[in-house]
Amino acid sequence: MSELRKRKPSSTNTPSSSAPKPPVPPPIPSDSDSIVSESEPVPVPASKQKTKPPKSDKTQETSGAKKWSCVDSCCWLIGIICSVWWVLLFSYNAMPPSIPQFVTEAISGPMPDPPGVKLQKEGLKAKHPVVFVPGIVTGGLELWEGHQCAEGLFRKRLWGGTFGEVYKRPLCWVEHMSMDNETGLDPPGVRVRPVTGLVAADYFAPGYFVWAVLIANLARIGYEEKNMYMAAYDWRISFQNTEVRDQTLSRIKSNIELMVSTNGGKKVVVIPHSMGVLYFLHFMKWVEAPAPMGGGGGPDWCAKHIKALINIGGPFLGVPKAVAGLFSAEAKDVAVARSIAPGVLDSDFLGQTTLRHVMRMTRTWDATMSLIPKGGDTIWGGLDWSPEEGSVCPPDKEEYSNGINYGRMISFGKDIAEAPATEIDQIDFRDAEKGNNIAHSNGSCGDTWTEYHEMGWRGIKAVADYNVYTTGSLVDLLSFVAPKMMQRGSAHYSYGIADDLDDPKYQHYKYWSNPLETKLPNAPEMEIFSLYGVGLPTERAYVYKLAQSAECYIPFQIDTSVNNGTCLKDGVYLVNGDETVPVLSAGFMCAKGWNGKTRFNPAGIKTYIREYVHAPPSNLLEGRGTQSGAHVDIMGNFALIEDVVRIAAGATGDEIGGNQVHTDILKWSERIKLKL
Amino acid sequence: MSLLRRRKPSDSDKKRPTVPVPVQDSEADSTKGANNASSVPVPNSVRRAKARCSCFDSCCWWIGFVCSTWWFLLFLYNAMPASFPQYVTEAITGPLPDPPGVKLLKEGLRAKHPVVFVPGIVTGGLELWEGHQCAEGLFRKRLWGGTFGEVYKRPLCWVEHMSLDNETGLDPPGVRVRPVSGLVAADYFIPGYFVWAVLIANLARIGYEEKTMYMAAYDWRISFQNTEVRDQSLSRIKSNIELMVATNGGKKVVVIPHSMGVLYFLHFMKWVEAPSPMGGGGGPDWCAKHIKAVMNIGGPFLGVPKAVTGLFSAEAKDVAVARAIAPDVLDFDILGLQTLRHVMRMTRTWDATMSMIPKGGDTIWGGLEWAPEDGYECSNGQKKQQKNGNSDSHKGKGNKTNTGVNRPRVHYGRIVSFGKDVAEVPSSVIERLDFQDAKKGNAMADSNASCQDVWTEYHELGSIGRKAVADYKVYTAGSVLDLLQFIAPKMMRRGSAHFSYGIADYLDDPKYGHYKYWSNPLETKLPNAPEMEIFSLYGVGVPTERAYVYKRASSAECSIPFQIDTSAEGGPDNPCLKGGVYLSDGDETVPVLSAGFMCARGWRGKTRFNPTGMKTFVREYSHSPPSNLLEGRGSQSGAHVDIMGNFALIEDIIRVAAGATGEEIGGDQVFSEVFKWSEKIKLKL
Repeated sequence: MSELRKRKPSSTNTPSSSAPKPPVPPPIPSDSDSIVSESEPVPVPASKQKTKPPKSDKTQETSGAKKWSCVDSCCWLIGIICSVWWVLLFSYNAMPPSIPQFVTEAISGPMPDPPGVKLQKEGLKAKHPVVFVPGIVTGGLELWEGHQCAEGLFRKRLWGGTFGEVYKRPLCWVEHMSMDNETGLDPPGVRVRPVTGLVAADYFAPGYFVWAVLIANLARIGYEEKNMYMAAYDWRISFQNTEVRDQTLSRIKSNIELMVSTNGGKKVVVIPHSMGVLYFLHFMKWVEAPAPMGGGGGPDWCAKHIKALINIGGPFLGVPKAVAGLFSAEAKDVAVARSIAPGVLDSDFLGQTTLRHVMRMTRTWDATMSLIPKGGDTIWGGLDWSPEEGSVCPPDKEEYSNGINYGRMISFGKDIAEAPATEIDQIDFRDAEKGNNIAHSNGSCGDTWTEYHEMGWRGIKAVADYNVYTTGSLVDLLSFVAPKMMQRGSAHYSYGIADDLDDPKYQHYKYWSNPLETKLPNAPEMEIFSLYGVGLPTERAYVYKLAQSAECYIPFQIDTSVNNGTCLKDGVYLVNGDETVPVLSAGFMCAKGWNGKTRFNPAGIKTYIREYVHAPPSNLLEGRGTQSGAHVDIMGNFALIEDVVRIAAGATGDEIGGNQVHTDILKWSERIKLKL
Repeated sequence: MSLLRRRKPSDSDKKRPTVPVPVQDSEADSTKGANNASSVPVPNSVRRAKARCSCFDSCCWWIGFVCSTWWFLLFLYNAMPASFPQYVTEAITGPLPDPPGVKLLKEGLRAKHPVVFVPGIVTGGLELWEGHQCAEGLFRKRLWGGTFGEVYKRPLCWVEHMSLDNETGLDPPGVRVRPVSGLVAADYFIPGYFVWAVLIANLARIGYEEKTMYMAAYDWRISFQNTEVRDQSLSRIKSNIELMVATNGGKKVVVIPHSMGVLYFLHFMKWVEAPSPMGGGGGPDWCAKHIKAVMNIGGPFLGVPKAVTGLFSAEAKDVAVARAIAPDVLDFDILGLQTLRHVMRMTRTWDATMSMIPKGGDTIWGGLEWAPEDGYECSNGQKKQQKNGNSDSHKGKGNKTNTGVNRPRVHYGRIVSFGKDVAEVPSSVIERLDFQDAKKGNAMADSNASCQDVWTEYHELGSIGRKAVADYKVYTAGSVLDLLQFIAPKMMRRGSAHFSYGIADYLDDPKYGHYKYWSNPLETKLPNAPEMEIFSLYGVGVPTERAYVYKRASSAECSIPFQIDTSAEGGPDNPCLKGGVYLSDGDETVPVLSAGFMCARGWRGKTRFNPTGMKTFVREYSHSPPSNLLEGRGSQSGAHVDIMGNFALIEDIIRVAAGATGEEIGGDQVFSEVFKWSEKIKLKL
């Protein structure tokens, strides 16, 4: 890093070296001509010779020019820059650490105490052990075995950290990060494993915190590593496979049991974030299910070991973004990854090939399929209705999304997105013959193979002719365009709504992460919280078009030319949420699906919704802000941290204030006709 | 680092302008930049301006030049293919042998038994969880291990946070320093200085990964039982071993403790089977069910003499145990004597160091007149021959030929002697005055004020106490304990609550159910696990500290009143005495006797210490230094920590982890006279 930064001056001053030359030559008024004659033989760069003739009377100039050739002045300049740099660096290091804070306070007024300090003063002490369950993308992965090209990377991070290797050897990196397309497990000869411990997800990249702020605040009231556990898992593979390959679920079970027994029987507080929410739903079913499919913890394991489940930004019912990611790996939004870690994966400069590489890679990650919207049209709306219709489109507080058909998750063309349902012609694509391959394409696109090539242009046309896809038909669409991927996916995930939850088929693990097809554990004293940010525009539906040159490209792309106020931007219909998860997905289960005694919540576990309105950082010094509502930045939201710390120190949901709702989530939930 | 290196030129340059440069010189200077003709008369002021300017310029020029070159080299270095250094090394030293992991992978070995690493003292990282004002910004940063940047930036703050409470041996109020967990805790001690990393990498070759490898990191400063009380470290180890056995189809674990970790794991094995609340409540067959083998590396089963000097005088030559295990890192000489006392005060609060005080008293370590190692010759040059001669003859008894009558006898039993002459004379000549009843006090009154913040217990000792200590003249392993008791009563009071150094007469005495005996192999029975195997792997052929010649320090005001008499040299007659230290065979830290005795004799066969007769194996690795600098710390080292990179040792471990038994890897492998020495020890078995 420092090397990079320092090298910049050296590269910039090579072209501009002629400019700073004048100050260089020392002014020597009356040096003799003899010097000049002596110096003439010295070879001088052409550019300099040109400047000489006009100054020939001023001999000292010439002598200066001779003494300070181009290379010399480069060196001189570099020397100056380096020295200044060092002086600054030194004074920066010598600066007392309180200065930045002092400056910030001088500009923006006194900073509030961080919640940990504030609550420590209130007398709160560490009580319940806490378990963090990181989401997709945020956990680090390191190499344990690799091919030749990855030599020297043993136990180095391939994911997370500086991502240095992505740039140094991108193809090697893609090869190691991909999973086997058939099994969804490691390709032969490659072992990439999750980093363990708190370091797994405290910072995603240097300086980009995920859990670090929360950890630091918990530590203030007495937490340390013995009562904090990071349930790191390989977020690329399906939930059940983490147990099959790494025994991750067993590890979490064993560690929770250990923490409960070493902390005098105090139950744990579990804090999942993002996809970790679904992972932990899976865990709760797994741990009580009998071995060998489950963990054999018995039917009251959760009641005995878990005090509260504090879900942060949980995509309980999936996220529309996952669809766009799997369908077309939009560059604007490379799978889910890019949205969660903006800036990091912006590989535009590597061109289109990269995009297809990324797509091929992400499609082998089974876990992304856990985020496909669940519950079909019942939850997400059909051709002519949606729960959120008529709501406010943030950040604008005035504009209402009247007449927007959020239910049409994918529409081909803006007019179709807006037309009444009766006027849309839908030609069924499911039986459409694939094939008529874009014949010779395999040769040129060989190594960037995606399943689109097997579809052929007829298949592509069939997809576009269906015009509109609601959530219910999305799964069919994905099965059509990516049959291999969905074949793996359907073995591990399910997206429906259970009619009869007591049906023995629901004992299969593929239902465990879908809250609409499982019952909550029998733990009446447990509490479930859903904490999420609101007030940010969040993707909800897409306007697509066919890409022009279909040769080696992904044949569909978001029609970014479509705009209409704040509700429709660049081909994306927006709704309230935390930038990644719409309010509906994060809030519905706790607002309605599990609220009170329902068939999904037979024990009547108490549920709470706590929304945090997004407020951008007031100035740059605040970094990512202490009031953010964005999907990952909310982990630094002081109000949220305070709630979490209070619960960990023993408070119940009612004691921290029960529900805290800013959106119309309760109204929207009412519109959803789900048998409870 | 790089900053430092680069700034150097600028520093030297800075001086130049401040020195008023005579005209002549300045010209000489400028001629360097260009072949200027100085003969031409030039006005003085102008010249000076020019001189200053060009001097400044040439500085800048020079820095720029250095930087550019540096960057260029850096760029080349980065662009260099990764295999290049290896290629160069091979060109010079011939082809390197395959690392053991690769070799054994080719033989078809695969990961089988989960492995548990138990790091030793000093090698595990510690990080800050809560600190005082001065440690702001260090939250979850390593205070121990890593770069040690903070030691230099704010040494007093660092000492304050690394110290423990002098009464309880636990954290001082407002400070929480906790062990780093995971494999990163001890894979590298500092960047580039491996501890477990090489072993981990080789195990990974045959298929191990984090789910089958567990680093049992613990806070190595506090006493073993306190790691459970404060951090529940023992419970954690138990739970993780159980988990690994359960998730690996019931395959038992192979435990690999190193250095003090050996004692820690002895403690663990007693703890886990003892009933709660003092123990882990695992039941009497927990070890039999969960442990396949314990492969002790460089284990100080019976303590190390180094620990005594560390506690006694914190010799700068050997700052407590720390410096010995990690040479160069803790060389505080630049910071002066003040630091030494700070270090002493700090290390004295670390209860764990007391686990390494020699155990078994005179029975094991020898008395005034005898020692098990009597007859050992330690001339460095002859060592190789010597060893060959011995290994030939040590089976054929009566190998005393080398004990030349004309040579001064080395009394290894006298662990601390005051004066070289005292160390060498027959015991009948020594006049000893008992010190234990000596009145302390006559404290150097006003000294408290001036020495306050570097307080050590010597101040309470007073001059009478000091004299009494020196007048006793000779201390054997048995009386060293009394000595420490006398000079550091607070420390030993904490220590005696957690550790014991004796030999049990009757092992079934219920008092041995107390945890303070658990880490002493002479006061505990091995668990009831007949299928388990115990290995002792250690290096030999490196001179190892065994006994010391002390003197009283002259200026007693605020400093430590005793120090090793570094002027005591044995000369050619007695190469065993070097710089006031009697050396014997070992791995530079642990003498062979301590590492080998239990497996060679104490536990060999069915003894009262090993009632189920579990098999024990002694495997020694003869030290040979790296043949050239390119090899780094060498692949055949026998030194205490460097042995972790010894290919032969790694191969043995991998074979056992992959399922081999002690017999299959070759049983005993002995280069030293450990069997002969063990025979001399009269211990009831």
